[in-house]
Amino acid sequence: MADVLPADGSVTHAAAERDTASLHRNVMIGIAIALVIAPFVAYPVFVMKVLCFALFALAFNLLLGYGGLLSFGHAAYFGMASYVCAYAAKHWGLNPEFAILAGTGVAAILGLVFGSLAIRRQGIYFAMITLALAQMVFFFSLQTPRFTGGEDGIQAVPRGKLFGMINLADDRTLYWVVALIFMAGLLAFYRIIHSPFGQVCKAIRDNEPRAISLGYRANQYKLAVFVLSAMLAGLAGSTKAIVFQLASLTDVHWSMSGEVVLMTLVGGLGTIFGPIVGALVIVSMQNFLATLGAWVTVIQGVIFVLCVLLFREGILGVIAKWIKKPL
Amino acid sequence: MFELLGIPPQALFGQLLLGLINGSFYAILSLGLAVIFGLLNIINFTHGAQYMMGAFVAWMCLNYLGVNYWAALLLAPVIVGFTGVVIERLFLSRIAHLDHLYGLLLTFGLALIIQGLFRNQYGSSGLPYQIPDALRGGYNLGFMFLPTYRAWVVVASIAVCLATWFMIEKTKLGAYLRAATENATLTQAFGINVPLLVTLTYGFGVALAAFAGVLAAPIYSVNPNMGADLIIVVFAVVVIGGMGSIMGAIVTGFSLGLVEGLTKVFYPEASATVIFIIMVLVLLVKPAGLFGRAA
Repeated sequence: MADVLPADGSVTHAAAERDTASLHRNVMIGIAIALVIAPFVAYPVFVMKVLCFALFALAFNLLLGYGGLLSFGHAAYFGMASYVCAYAAKHWGLNPEFAILAGTGVAAILGLVFGSLAIRRQGIYFAMITLALAQMVFFFSLQTPRFTGGEDGIQAVPRGKLFGMINLADDRTLYWVVALIFMAGLLAFYRIIHSPFGQVCKAIRDNEPRAISLGYRANQYKLAVFVLSAMLAGLAGSTKAIVFQLASLTDVHWSMSGEVVLMTLVGGLGTIFGPIVGALVIVSMQNFLATLGAWVTVIQGVIFVLCVLLFREGILGVIAKWIKKPL
Repeated sequence: MFELLGIPPQALFGQLLLGLINGSFYAILSLGLAVIFGLLNIINFTHGAQYMMGAFVAWMCLNYLGVNYWAALLLAPVIVGFTGVVIERLFLSRIAHLDHLYGLLLTFGLALIIQGLFRNQYGSSGLPYQIPDALRGGYNLGFMFLPTYRAWVVVASIAVCLATWFMIEKTKLGAYLRAATENATLTQAFGINVPLLVTLTYGFGVALAAFAGVLAAPIYSVNPNMGADLIIVVFAVVVIGGMGSIMGAIVTGFSLGLVEGLTKVFYPEASATVIFIIMVLVLLVKPAGLFGRAA
């Protein structure tokens, strides 16, 4: 992907870098303000859905945009975390914070196992391997109804009481928790890509042999970014299970992996805030077009094709070009 | 009757035959993927949808035009192959200079469109396709009953695979193809029309998928989703075999089908995942794939 992503490491001028940093700070503040206003102007459950998928898309983009690895199986971490969280909350009666932690932890372990297999191959093979491994998780979920509830999924997951005190049954209360989780995820993502670790990941993405010749163990960095991405996807999946009180086969299906790719593509591959915009666009579209049934798939396919042919930078990529600053 | 490891031979050979049939589809589809990947450097995610289109075109030929199975076996690959040519000219040729992951995303989008359109038109419950009269019935081999149609599928698949292998490895056209795969610029410098070759190759790979679809139509019902899950298994097959060798793709496809059949007999729970598990093992032991060249 090296030649298609904005080389955001290319701005070397110190002033320009400070400029970019302050722009990003302002965008973050803008997002925080939007999060405060959102529940009063939009349906909270809808906003929470957008936030969960935005977090999921951020996780996917961490791997693609900063690790240069296209995973076509991110539904595995999202869905498995969703199942574990739902199971822990419903059958073990865990508090939501522990249920979410359990889901996220399992996603990280799954990411460690799958990641160490998938990074053995590169490029197109990497995408196929992650897809095949995710399909394995799908079949596992289909065949273990005692854990996953089979076709029904795990329904009526209790939202429970946060820290045993705050009742999350009310949508407004839950909203603030989800908004906080999202903000924490976004800050963690931003911190990771701007850390020395993130810089090395970008170096490996742009020129792996050179990074290796400089003494970096490329595979360890790739695996680390894979695990972080799976973990973030798991956080999104777990939170989704609490919000919708449901974990189902849809979450682990390959079409979910495709959806997160689409969100990131629409928002802008390798941009920082693009996946959030992409998630907003795609989730809104699904909401408005829900009555059209199978046409939604066709429309998503058309968006895929149009994006690849005409609109490769994505929404934020185009805006970033206008203002000549990475977003 | 004798028994093998406590399994009645009827069940064992029946599943092996079914495995061989699945293996035929894996072989033809991974062959098509390998041929396309070799020249176009993209993974054709639309392959599953094109396999499904093959089955549907055969069904349409029969139900709308009254064209029988044998004609459809020729006609469907030509028609679907032609849509492949259109797709290559309209879309793929425009992104050939980009990172090959864009090819994956584009063909994924096309697969969603095609599958969605067929689902809207024909629903997802599946349509029946009769076995042609000449291939009804079967033979009693003593240890098992061999349905004629299933035997035909295996024979036809092997024939098509070998013909493809012969064409690529032994003919002049195949030599051009291999030359262009190795170095497209240099091949073009020798006066060979590489863009045309690329278009025809994509069309041919797609036609192979459609051929498999026609073969599959009487066995599985004709269903808009029939290619969607299959293509993921075929991806795993391709990872296991590596896309470097034509014969490798054929051998891997048939053997994995057999392994899947055996798993259905001895440990049915794992039959859906056994190919993915083999993929994991191969990645651990020989990451480049059984027949692959190290990247």
